[in-house]
Amino acid sequence: MSAASKLHLTMLRQMLLIRRFEEKAAEAYALGKIGGFCHLYIGQEAVAVGSLSALREDDYAICSYREHGQALVRGIPANAVMAELFGKATGCSKGKGGSMHLFDAKRRFMGGHGIVGGHIPLAAGIAFANKYQGGDQVCICYFGEAAVNIGAFHETLNMASVWKLPVIFLCENNRYGMGTAFERVAAVTDVVEHARSYDMAAEAVDGMNVLTVYDATRRAVERARKGGDPTLLEVRTYRFMGHSMSDPLHGVYRTKDEVEEQKKKDPITQLAEKLKEDKVIDQAALDAMDAEIHTEVEQAVKFADESPDPDLAELYNDVLAD
Amino acid sequence: MPTLTYRDALNQALREEMQRDASVFLMGEEVGVYQGAYKVSRGLLEEFGAQRVVDTPIAELGFAGIGVGAAMAGLRPVIEFMTWNFALLALDQIVNAAAKMLYMSGGQLRMPIVFRGPNGAALQLSSQHSQAWESWLAHIPGLKVVAPATPADAKGLLKSAIRDNNPVIVLEGEMLYNLKGEVPEGEHIVPIGKADVKREGTDVTLICHSKTVSVALKAADQLAEQNVSAEVVDLRSLRPLDETAIVESVVKTNRAVVVEEGWPHAGIGAQVVDIIQREAFDHLDAPVQRVTQADVPMPYNKHLERAAKASPEKVAAAARRVLYLE
Repeated sequence: MSAASKLHLTMLRQMLLIRRFEEKAAEAYALGKIGGFCHLYIGQEAVAVGSLSALREDDYAICSYREHGQALVRGIPANAVMAELFGKATGCSKGKGGSMHLFDAKRRFMGGHGIVGGHIPLAAGIAFANKYQGGDQVCICYFGEAAVNIGAFHETLNMASVWKLPVIFLCENNRYGMGTAFERVAAVTDVVEHARSYDMAAEAVDGMNVLTVYDATRRAVERARKGGDPTLLEVRTYRFMGHSMSDPLHGVYRTKDEVEEQKKKDPITQLAEKLKEDKVIDQAALDAMDAEIHTEVEQAVKFADESPDPDLAELYNDVLAD
Repeated sequence: MPTLTYRDALNQALREEMQRDASVFLMGEEVGVYQGAYKVSRGLLEEFGAQRVVDTPIAELGFAGIGVGAAMAGLRPVIEFMTWNFALLALDQIVNAAAKMLYMSGGQLRMPIVFRGPNGAALQLSSQHSQAWESWLAHIPGLKVVAPATPADAKGLLKSAIRDNNPVIVLEGEMLYNLKGEVPEGEHIVPIGKADVKREGTDVTLICHSKTVSVALKAADQLAEQNVSAEVVDLRSLRPLDETAIVESVVKTNRAVVVEEGWPHAGIGAQVVDIIQREAFDHLDAPVQRVTQADVPMPYNKHLERAAKASPEKVAAAARRVLYLE
């Protein structure tokens, strides 16, 4: 099998893992095992998988609160991610963060952050530190299109461009900020156009095609690693679920027909079909892969369920460092 | 011991810490080419270069957040705000990012960052430029807050702040930058969380910090003329607060006045009074009095401004009230 085919198979497996993981998370949420806000990634899998596949292990990633997918692709075990959603001591943030604040510093996964757009400057700061320390690592920053209306986005793009910081601003344009369609609240609806104001390289990318996302991210990584130049990627995607678990699938802000139409572009189906055409995989192998992932996710739920709650003494730990 | 201004003491602390540790850098508006809006960073660009003394656009939220990100990746940023009034634009980064990073990451990401700049009123700068934010900042778990009153404390506390592995807020004073005092050379560290008795006394405790220390010391002079011996306790750190020092002094004098630049409602003084009523209730001979800024936005007119601010006369009068002398 060619190296490209191996990579494509890995991508397929990662997208399926996210899909099945999120389906299980939705079930666990309905059962009351997961509390608070929980934002699922179903429909957007190609974005995390395609982009993170273009990064090195020592590169950095930082996300908004819709970050289960990126956490899994970055290599945080499904057990530790699910346990964090369950608020357990074995979670990747020791049960203190929850769904919106997954962290794994060892894997340079610098968190899920809960204030829309608030983490965009952090990404530039991480890139600033990389450059300061003489490394060639890049930092990729994920945020939704609604964050583009926030001041932090504009302040950061300006400074990243002036200082040539090795950062990739990846806007996951899923068209709705909660229940508000982007065109109702944004004067400029092509996010990619904002890069012009900051003299920054930019690309609009089909976010339902994992290979397109991968290729665009590779170009951005190369730009950042070589000259430290930042890039704005507008990756056009769609979430098949509601904004969060407390939000209906289509509700009053979009139609069922629209969601169904988008589901025809399912990124997992697209890649699976391609791999079948390329004779890299057949239906039996695909079914076997799916079954294996089912088991892995079932195991993660069991692990999370059986894990202990944090000790009450943990309440006062980690407020301040020594 | 050399005599330095408060400004130069801060400059010395920055220079020494930047010499000691290559991961320390200074970022803010006008810190480099202009040499600092208040000249605290004078000479640092020439000594350390543009990579470590970074001039920013006017974008407080953005560069505060860039500092937070740099701290996540192993640097020790010192973020200068031209004044804390402008830092309100960056509160999301200070409160939602810096203060919580260690906790919500389950202890994985330390946050060794300093946010510093002048706080409180200067002269005739009117409402938006004359505000004291310490009670807002000291409210937040995950932050440390210091407010030095003297050049020596300014140097020692800034050095402690830069070496600390947590976000530390350093509140300076525009009216303090020219204040002169003796400052130890080289390694002079003032620990965060320790108050300092700036004047010993037996009849009443004046509890203060930052600019109000000089106000309280002048009030103590006035009181001495009336045969009242006032003790002046400089809190120096507002989070953590040195409860022991507060209680020890009140147990000795049995009476207290708390002075601050901020507004009265939910101010630092309210927290100090809470400590006193809980830990020294049986030692009190009078209700504790507070002297604060008037509960109004700061006016421009200098007579109105003077009337709004804490003054030695107001503090001395409050002390006489707790002594039942008026």
